[in-house]
Amino acid sequence: MQLFDTYVQKLKYKVLREVARHAYQDTLQDCYLDIPKLISPGPKSELRCCIYKERAIVAERVKMAMGGDKTNPNIVEVIDIACDECPVSGYRVGPDCRGCIAHRCASVCPRNAISFDENHHAHIDPDKCINCGKCASVCPYSAIQNHVRPCERACKVKAISQGENHVAQIDEGKCINCGACVYQCPFGALQDKSFLLDAIKMIRESDHNKNYRVYAVVAPSISSQFVHVKVGQVITALKELGFFTVIEAALGADMVAYKESRELAEKGFLTSSCCPAFVSYIEKSFPSLKQHISHNYSPMAELGRYIKKTDPTAKVIFIGPCTAKKAEAQRENVKPHVDCVLTFEELQAWIDSRDLDLKSLEVGVLDNASYFGRIFARSGGLSDSVVQAIKEQKLDLIVNPVICDGIEECRVALLKKQKNLLKENFIEGMACTGGCIGGAGCLTHGPKDKSEVDKYGHEAYEKTIGDALALCRVTEENEA
Amino acid sequence: MKITICIGSSCHLKGSRMIVEDLQKLVKENNLSDKIELAGQFCMGNCQNGVCVTIDGEAFSLTPADTRDFFEKDVLPRL
Repeated sequence: MQLFDTYVQKLKYKVLREVARHAYQDTLQDCYLDIPKLISPGPKSELRCCIYKERAIVAERVKMAMGGDKTNPNIVEVIDIACDECPVSGYRVGPDCRGCIAHRCASVCPRNAISFDENHHAHIDPDKCINCGKCASVCPYSAIQNHVRPCERACKVKAISQGENHVAQIDEGKCINCGACVYQCPFGALQDKSFLLDAIKMIRESDHNKNYRVYAVVAPSISSQFVHVKVGQVITALKELGFFTVIEAALGADMVAYKESRELAEKGFLTSSCCPAFVSYIEKSFPSLKQHISHNYSPMAELGRYIKKTDPTAKVIFIGPCTAKKAEAQRENVKPHVDCVLTFEELQAWIDSRDLDLKSLEVGVLDNASYFGRIFARSGGLSDSVVQAIKEQKLDLIVNPVICDGIEECRVALLKKQKNLLKENFIEGMACTGGCIGGAGCLTHGPKDKSEVDKYGHEAYEKTIGDALALCRVTEENEA
Repeated sequence: MKITICIGSSCHLKGSRMIVEDLQKLVKENNLSDKIELAGQFCMGNCQNGVCVTIDGEAFSLTPADTRDFFEKDVLPRL
């Protein structure tokens, strides 16, 4: 049974699991020595040049699992010694060059960077090349390729560059904590810091929910995760871990859909505020468009706020696919509503640290939201829900959304808006391709994820947003 | 008086929305909004016996069909 897509994820998981075990045994001070030896027993190194380096890197991962660099507010950090400093050369002619006589590559090159040897084979002069890629696009043999570091290729907001000694470095002024580099770096040199220890502490100090109650808020993308068991078994596992109860974040999405549609009717143009990486992208790279960001909370924060209204001493832990949510939870206006954020990867590690066998657990129930709240997990779902919310509330408004699937599409729409060329009146921005189901904190990124979300949506007890919200109105008469 | 209705998953599936809507209606019809406060709570730890409802902390177990009865026999006399 394969739990993860890559060994990098598995390694991170093993570290998290062992850190959690130590936390429960109150032996965290021994972590740095014990865990690297347990994970890399030696004597020979299996992953790096020598066993000492391998263990040193595991020790760095232990540090990340324990919260990382507390002085650095960025969620994603570089583990310097894990970076392979992969050589980069930009566009290069590979062995597939046939030495043809057409020389299209040279004809399109705007800088005359391409020359030919005695066999007609093309060569690119790196001093002249500007990496425009035109040569690669016209080569009939696809012999020219762009060699870019996987982290830089993954980072569509261009926050990653080479620092000293060729080690990757993050420009925190640009980083939106989407986690794309975390998932793509083949050496696991970029990692999101974990707040798993905070979550464990919160649960233990609640003394079986007697001192205060700890609520798990679970993202709807869970429908495409934990594929070897039923979602209900994961819900039971959460209760076994000590959560008082589990609530769908999708209920917060239902609340947001109603509010966001009203805000749209009022303002005439909006960019969505559900995806924290998209919001951060606007703030950092398109500050002139900040005024258009919806003033609504994200579903996570909206639901956290509501839970604390029903139970003022509640602690709320969000569990989802997202690394950027960890950054969102640090925002001053979100802090009071959400106490901790974990990813599905971290949840799996936590469950396994307690030796809970998901397969043998009872199937619990989780049903708070409507179909529409649940489909927020995939690209296009938010727009569908806003359309539905307008219909249900009989608002006088036609929503014409531009659905941006991934940060590159977000960039195009934002550029158009900046130049007043955008026809649409609503930008649905999701930083991850596919929407939240493509999030960096997912266990697996399977191809059938989207249909799983829709299927899960249709299983919801409530069919309209209004009905899902009717239940909440008991506490919040005038809202939602 | 505070009536709290469970709005967690299990009670939701057993019809707590209908109970909430009926109670809201009954409170309004009887002009009791200033005397009765309705509230929700996610889970009351007694899922098997849902829908869970409490009147000032005292526990009751309801189905949507019982709401009017509950209102007349348990709520009104306690006011």
